[in-house]
Amino acid sequence: MGESVKYAVKEPLVHITRRTDIRSWKAWLIRVASVVLALIVNALFIYSVTGLDPVKVYTVMIQGTFQSTYNFLTSMRDVALLLCIAIALAPAFKMRFWNIGAEGQVLMGGLATALVMIYLGNAMPPWLLMVTMFAASIAAGALWAVIPAIFKAKWKTNETLFTLMMNYIAINIVDCLTNIWRGSKSSMGQINANTQAGWFPRLLGYRFTINIIIVLVLTVVMYIYLKYTKDGYEIAVIGESENTARYAGINVKRAIVRTLLISGAICGLAGCITVAGKNQTISVNTAGGYGFTAIIVAWLAKFNTFYMMLIAFILIVLEKGAIQIASAYTLLNDYAADIITGVILFFILGSEFFINYRVVFRARRDREEEQA
Amino acid sequence: MFPAGAGGIRPGRCKGECSLDTNASIKLRNITKRFGTTLANDRCWLDINRGEILALLGENGSGKTTLMNMLSGIYYPDEGQIFIDDKEVVIRSPKDAFDLGIGMIHQHFKLVDVLTAAENIILGLPGKGRLDMKAVSDKVRRICQTYGFDIDPDQKIYDMSVSQKQTVEIVKVLYRGAEVLILDEPTAVLTPQETKTLFKVLRNMRDDGKAIVIITHKLHEVEEVSDRVAILRKGSFVGDMPTKDTNAREMTNMMVGRPVALNIERPDPVDPKPRLEVRNVNLTDEEGIQRLFDVSFTANSGEILGIAGISGCGQKELLEAIAGLQRPDSGSITFMPEGQEARELIGLTPRQIQQQGVVLSFVPEDRLGMGLVGSMDITNNMMLRSYRSGSTGFLDMKSPRDLGEDIVKRLEVVTPGVTTPVRQLSGGNVQKVLVGREIASAPSVLMTAYAVRGLDINSSYTIYDLINQQKKEGVAVIYVGEDLDILIGLCDRILVLCSGRVNGIVDGRTADKEQIGLMMTRLEGGEQEGGSANG
Repeated sequence: MGESVKYAVKEPLVHITRRTDIRSWKAWLIRVASVVLALIVNALFIYSVTGLDPVKVYTVMIQGTFQSTYNFLTSMRDVALLLCIAIALAPAFKMRFWNIGAEGQVLMGGLATALVMIYLGNAMPPWLLMVTMFAASIAAGALWAVIPAIFKAKWKTNETLFTLMMNYIAINIVDCLTNIWRGSKSSMGQINANTQAGWFPRLLGYRFTINIIIVLVLTVVMYIYLKYTKDGYEIAVIGESENTARYAGINVKRAIVRTLLISGAICGLAGCITVAGKNQTISVNTAGGYGFTAIIVAWLAKFNTFYMMLIAFILIVLEKGAIQIASAYTLLNDYAADIITGVILFFILGSEFFINYRVVFRARRDREEEQA
Repeated sequence: MFPAGAGGIRPGRCKGECSLDTNASIKLRNITKRFGTTLANDRCWLDINRGEILALLGENGSGKTTLMNMLSGIYYPDEGQIFIDDKEVVIRSPKDAFDLGIGMIHQHFKLVDVLTAAENIILGLPGKGRLDMKAVSDKVRRICQTYGFDIDPDQKIYDMSVSQKQTVEIVKVLYRGAEVLILDEPTAVLTPQETKTLFKVLRNMRDDGKAIVIITHKLHEVEEVSDRVAILRKGSFVGDMPTKDTNAREMTNMMVGRPVALNIERPDPVDPKPRLEVRNVNLTDEEGIQRLFDVSFTANSGEILGIAGISGCGQKELLEAIAGLQRPDSGSITFMPEGQEARELIGLTPRQIQQQGVVLSFVPEDRLGMGLVGSMDITNNMMLRSYRSGSTGFLDMKSPRDLGEDIVKRLEVVTPGVTTPVRQLSGGNVQKVLVGREIASAPSVLMTAYAVRGLDINSSYTIYDLINQQKKEGVAVIYVGEDLDILIGLCDRILVLCSGRVNGIVDGRTADKEQIGLMMTRLEGGEQEGGSANG
């Protein structure tokens, strides 16, 4: 290309090409850069709106998680809960079954646990009570997920709408029962506050230590299930192409029902550890929106349960930081905190575009040609 | 002897100073396009003249379609220049291309089914607030008359045959005032008769002074219709010459870069025995449309049974019914293994067929949508058939990996490794992986649907060889094809489907292309010549 012809017409300013050959360190560099960029944009936002020093605000945000051992441990408790639900969603979403109903499945699991605690709390020995609580919550969560799965398998109903609607049913059932239980009292209060029947025992000083152990085990088990088992392989094939699955002789209907039983069961378990290992009560806010946040966790991590750990951690740090700045500043309430979190998430999601595509600018090409 | 300079061929990859025709109306110079690390076009040159039909010939992945996509504004070149009438132009989008009078007819039609032909033609064109559909229809009719097209502007697309849809695409491009028409493998979906009509229209357009580029890898079509042929190999321009000065052998050699033998072997069947008997099968699909009517035939061991027909005449449904993927309304499909009891396959799922010990291999038409999982690597795709082996719930990763490596080596699959997603392989290599896996299970029946569609000559012959090997090993092969020359050259018997009915079974050794072409389009009163095989 020795000849240097002047371009008669300007070539486009930018054009986008797909890349297939990105190295993983480069991809991670882009991800980190996106977070840094998000922090800069947020800093501009904070400074221009409130005049506060952004560095100080960020310090306060970080303190939400790292200020004290107690802060850190309760953050870990919440990471475990969020991660647990994300693990539950992973097989369903990997199969491209849009399970938007984790919120309801968690609530039903929590409700089942509460029912066992209230009505059987004093009727059986502690170990049997624990086993019953686990079994009941797993069954309840699985039931809530398997109903839309059966309808999808048999009559091809839309699982997105179906699972979403099941959330509202669950919320109303819980609302109704808590109303009955609390009677004329203003709040439900802790279940079995006197006997502590059904509460997780303290381990290393905290009840939620058991939560964290359960979720760590689930992380490893789900990773192996998705990657190394025949069921996991079927899930991957169905997710990519149902036609290929049928061609390979996979019983797609059975796989849908089986996978959603697992997905719902783990959601139910998440409800159980929330009730027995965290607040020992039940309300419509028990799932706390984690059923939806977990979808982001599962997708961003591309269903790798270990990446999910990292993403759940980041999201919880942001959430705790939001609460912290809302209480530390009068100028920044938790809506401002939501904006900050939103910007960071937006940049993280946006970085995926730059990992998959390359943007070529006119100026850059001219420079490249000069070098050539 | 190739590539440079032989027999009046302009040298490929010539740079700056070499003298190409200065009067060519469109000149592509030093066009380079990369996709990631793959070099799709490497400093490619091409001249296109008005009043000429240019055949752009090359193997798969030689960069024909990419090069034309850059001319029609789909892609933007990384390097190089395009001149139209000696003025440099920059084509940023399909709209830019249209403004320059360049229009492309793609392999996959881009039409809205529920609109009429005329509505599709004006779709996306700027215009005043009020739309005069009558004037549009009139203009469409005028274009049709000028060049001899046969379509009704007011007919809906969903009522049209494939060839009519293609005509609408061509008229759409002409309506926008295209002077340069690029057709990407236009004959792949047409019957021989329709192809003839298309060629006639192309000649009319050429005589009207338009420039026509036709992308193909069918040599006999190049010889039949083109005035000049340009050949690409591995993204580079190898040479061009007037079609009358060359022949199939020379063109193939230039395309492949070395001499290639162009004959298909057809050994006589050894001891053919009925292996699969299909009797009176009727099938209605999910939409309630009956696709198969009373289909009957027998596939014998050690024999290749070809199935000819216009695409969408029940080929897919027939193979899927045998494979257990679609359930027929009535009839029987009986598998007759050597020295064992016959087994009925209707009503069984693919898994149940497998459990019955019937090894039925199937290379479906939709390779990445059914036969393979595009995002998975070769090892994981090998597992698709065998992942159930072993008594535990865990996958055996070792043997699929070995099988994958073996196939890569034996069939010369071009891939960075067995851990590369198959979607990133070229069409021919994808097909080698799929056929390799299906053959590896030592089938007693092998069904292939359009096994060489989109494959270049080299890969195609590899596939024919593999199919012939299976035949020699006593496998009953069912080969659904679209190229009649190949069907006649490869198959022992050819079953002709027409609108879901068997319109006759002819002997591949005596069959005549015209006769099969007619049987594909005209139903002969439901009469069957069936069974007159092996003659």
